[in-house]
Amino acid sequence: MVPVLRAAVNTLVHVPDLVRYGSKPFREAAQPGSFLADLKARLRPFGEVAAYPPHQAFIGNLKPEALADIPSPWHGHPLPGASHQGPFGEILDQGTFYSLLEKADQFGLLMLDPGWSPPANGASAAARALMGAAGKRGAREEILKRIESGEALPLEDRGALIGCVRRDHEEDESLAARVLLENMAAKASGAHALRLLLEKAHLPAREVDYILSCSEEAIGDRYNRGGGNLAKAIGEMAGCPNAAGVDIKAFCAAPVYALVHAAALVQAGVVRNAVVVGGGSLAKLGMKSHRHIEKQMPVLEDVLGGVAFWVGPDDGASPRLNLELAGRHPSGRPSTPQGVLEALVCEPLARAGRKLRDIDKYAVELHNPEVTLPAGAGDVPLTNYRTLAALAAMRGEIAREEIPAFIRSHGMPGFAPTQGHIPAGVPYLGHALAAMRAGTMKSAMVVAKGSLFLGRMTQQADGASIVVES
Amino acid sequence: MDLDNQTTIKQLVDAHGMENLVVVLGMNGEGVRIAAETVTSGDPSWAGPLAGVSLGLPVYHILEEQVRTKLPADLYAEKVQLMEMVLDVGQIENTLAELRRNQAKRG
Amino acid sequence: MFEGKKVIALGERDGVPGPVLAECLQAAGSEVVYQTTACFV
Repeated sequence: MVPVLRAAVNTLVHVPDLVRYGSKPFREAAQPGSFLADLKARLRPFGEVAAYPPHQAFIGNLKPEALADIPSPWHGHPLPGASHQGPFGEILDQGTFYSLLEKADQFGLLMLDPGWSPPANGASAAARALMGAAGKRGAREEILKRIESGEALPLEDRGALIGCVRRDHEEDESLAARVLLENMAAKASGAHALRLLLEKAHLPAREVDYILSCSEEAIGDRYNRGGGNLAKAIGEMAGCPNAAGVDIKAFCAAPVYALVHAAALVQAGVVRNAVVVGGGSLAKLGMKSHRHIEKQMPVLEDVLGGVAFWVGPDDGASPRLNLELAGRHPSGRPSTPQGVLEALVCEPLARAGRKLRDIDKYAVELHNPEVTLPAGAGDVPLTNYRTLAALAAMRGEIAREEIPAFIRSHGMPGFAPTQGHIPAGVPYLGHALAAMRAGTMKSAMVVAKGSLFLGRMTQQADGASIVVES
Repeated sequence: MDLDNQTTIKQLVDAHGMENLVVVLGMNGEGVRIAAETVTSGDPSWAGPLAGVSLGLPVYHILEEQVRTKLPADLYAEKVQLMEMVLDVGQIENTLAELRRNQAKRG
Repeated sequence: MFEGKKVIALGERDGVPGPVLAECLQAAGSEVVYQTTACFV
């Protein structure tokens, strides 16, 4: 059974009032000073977020390459007439997302004010399919009491208190209010991405057999911090009654590992339709916000990302996920940019007798440079493309002076939110599918890296790659 | 620079003494300036434990000529050299040269 | 320059990582007292 990529979806959720619960803003706000007020003053309204050119590229209304023609700063050049819906994605507003969080909560963790209701006309069809009856609503006094006692965190909508999220155990760190909010945000945004995938691809929910979640949250309790299986929770919420699932954990490389596993399960005939889904990372909201505030820019890390991919048996029309060209980084290899990219890119291509320039496009970690550059964190995709091109030059596949041209034709500007696993090359798959269906592209390689050393169990880096080709 | 790193560097200075320590960097672009300033004139963002602390440590980048020529050539060629084509060596050298000029002026 | 010195090596994932800096500087005769790798994303 040849595994093919049937459909790809990218989603964003604008959550300005949750930025304060990102890891960095939460720590900054605990220090004396005016951080929280400064943060609030630099948050963007939904219209600006929807018209932001990288977001338009993310949901498919703009080709990533077109970003190079938009003057900097992109946040100062909103796309005229931009829609929050695109050919393979959409941007949700905060009110609708709070309704999805309420639906995601099966344990009375979220308590919204009885007077609050989601916006009447903001929700898309995919979001509406997920929204249920309102959950347990708490009296205003009860919400205030819980926040006051420290067992719950306040939830705001456009600055007004609308409810709270509470811990589910006094001593269990894994069930602390902020951890549970992170987990529910990943579940709800993941379920939204999956639901949108089902609708865009006309895939009946009951035909999904297996879900691989590549979301970053671990889910657990005090005895088991990374117990997992958010996949099954997402599948249940998205209404896939026949789907089992499992989580793939590999830092930011998880989405590509998940695609490799999904393709292998389909190729082996274990399942017919596998779905890879990644919900958003609340902890990464506002990661560079202190720098954005310092530079008097909008706080750009105000969106959760979501991705979903349908991997199924050959339908005669969709591009193939070529497992023979899947790349991995064995533990005996150097954890340098060179060592990682040689293992992920050069070696699988060499095995098949191909050169680096034989692949039309490389989708590396596609972090939006407008988020990272002001924070001194560099242009991540550009650095990775430079390394790839330098490798091609070192191997004698291109001349040294051809490096800039190689980067231009085989790379692209970054357009993904800095949500860890979300930028891991995979947001390009929607664009690649469209180009391959239009006959303008033959092959794309997705290359993801993972910074395992951040978890302190090894000094190693990691990565995974896979080729999609028509 | 990461606040935990700043704490560690401060502790290392206390433990080993400024005159015995050298800082060597491996990052790119603006990150080089931020790291180098942090260990010389203090945290430029004024957020970490090195805010306002002028350690004045000698700081180099591994791709600077005066550093790479002191390293074993085979090891450098195997694990570092490719990055000369990736990182902006000219910008890195300028950043550090300017920093050293400013340090000398402050004397 | 590095002989007998104590080195603090600050690397980056997409540049030269900490363990590589440390390996090179140890080979050049210094003692690496701290090495770390930043991942800015």
